[in-house]
Amino acid sequence: MVISNKPLRFILAAFVACLPLMSFSNSEKDSAHVQTETAHEAASEGHHAEPTDVKSKIKAFIGHHVLDSHDFTLTQDDETGKYYGFPLPVIIWDNGLQIFSSSKFNHGHAVAESNGNYYVINHHDGKIYKTDAAGTITEDEKTGHPTNVRPLDFSITKTVLSIFVAALLMFWLFTSLAKSYAKNGGIASGAGRFFEPLVVFIRDEVAIPNIGEKHYKKYMSYLLTIFFFVLFLNIFGLTPLGINATGNLTITFSLAILTFLITNLTANKNYWGHIFWMPGVPKPMRIILAPIELLGVFIKPFSLMIRLYANIFAGHIVLMSIIGLMFIFKSWIGSSLSFGLSFALSILEILVAFLQAYIFTMLSALYFGSAVEEHHHEEAHH
Amino acid sequence: MEKLINQFEFGLFFWQILIFVGLIFLLKKFAWKPILDAVNEREQGIKDALLSAENARQEMENLQADNQRILNEARAERDAMLKEAREMKEKMIADSKNEAQAQGQKMIEQAKAAIESEKNAAMAELKSQVSTLSLSIAEKLLKEELSNKESQTKLVEKMLGDVKLN
Repeated sequence: MVISNKPLRFILAAFVACLPLMSFSNSEKDSAHVQTETAHEAASEGHHAEPTDVKSKIKAFIGHHVLDSHDFTLTQDDETGKYYGFPLPVIIWDNGLQIFSSSKFNHGHAVAESNGNYYVINHHDGKIYKTDAAGTITEDEKTGHPTNVRPLDFSITKTVLSIFVAALLMFWLFTSLAKSYAKNGGIASGAGRFFEPLVVFIRDEVAIPNIGEKHYKKYMSYLLTIFFFVLFLNIFGLTPLGINATGNLTITFSLAILTFLITNLTANKNYWGHIFWMPGVPKPMRIILAPIELLGVFIKPFSLMIRLYANIFAGHIVLMSIIGLMFIFKSWIGSSLSFGLSFALSILEILVAFLQAYIFTMLSALYFGSAVEEHHHEEAHH
Repeated sequence: MEKLINQFEFGLFFWQILIFVGLIFLLKKFAWKPILDAVNEREQGIKDALLSAENARQEMENLQADNQRILNEARAERDAMLKEAREMKEKMIADSKNEAQAQGQKMIEQAKAAIESEKNAAMAELKSQVSTLSLSIAEKLLKEELSNKESQTKLVEKMLGDVKLN
């Protein structure tokens, strides 16, 4: 659908399918050295013991991957306890701004100190909690969640970094596309030749049919930005960098709430009329319909949020589980079978990346369209 | 559900909204507007070009029709001229033929008249000659006959009778 060149598509898919293996191979390969690992873990008090067998280690790895993280770890070596990656800045609002490098946490193994305050990263949810010098974490008996105080965390986490990189990439790509028109006499050049049809597609197939010729222009910037933003982050998630931005509920929530706000803030009288006093139905029905319609106002963006989150999140979990199977089977047939499966699934995930970006944009456009729909419903009844 | 709510991170939300809204406005100013303008402009250009091509084709057709019409007219004119010329030629031939005939007739008439007058003249001459000759003969005969009166008279009578026969 989008890449016309078949060999290129194949190479891309193969690349995406193969590369994650490299980053996982280190972290999961050695079950024989579990002992050293546990010995190492003993250093961090207050934590549960690290998983010891391959299965639970893979499970823990996947569990950590889909969460946000305060450092950018590409891979790690269990044998030596060495991490390959780089720390990210931690910014905490706790009676004043506390800024320090996440290397202070030593990947969750140490207690970080800043201006006399002590912080620790909880192993389960990867979040920062306030603690004392010894790093004590008190846990809720029933749920197992820490009861320590959570400071306001404005850290530049892995996800923040990746959305920032995506934003920079988009800015660079599309401003250079915009400039190429002037230079090239109205015709896109370079990578713009790939992106221009997508821009035109969003305009002609998403915005105009759903919103209408009259109003579509004011929504174009939002629709184009959200389409490429979601698309880029979805594709980023398929790279072996281990980014999971669109599979993060906070990200999808913020995207959905923007759609919600734009829909309701730009809505016309007709839209509200349809919600609170549905025309063309008997009066008692209108009273019944009003709360249902009002609920729909909130359900629509909620479904947007959950749909994108669940699709990407599930894709990551399934893909990583199948890749993890390779290290569980450790056999010639089983491992190659799961390699083939993960390869096929990666290709599917590329499709999902485009599809979900399209659906998010399409539904946003649909909601905007209903918000600015002209008053022609009544006429249909006469 | 609780797990989902727990996943919500205010700091991340803050950064995401900040970056994303900033991105929308930056891209709107520096990318989407120029891109969409350029695409619209190009589409308009293509539309205009197609329209003008259609117009040019129409004009060409008109021109061709005009040419055809002019050609047909010229051909008709030529045919008319040729016809006229042919008619004129035939008329001229007929005229000259008639004239020649009339001329010939006239000449023949003249010739006939001339021949007649010549003949009359010749006849008159002949008559005068004959009369002179007969006078001289008569003179000679008279001279001779006068010698013989009788014979003289006979002769004169005979001769006169001969002249009348002529």
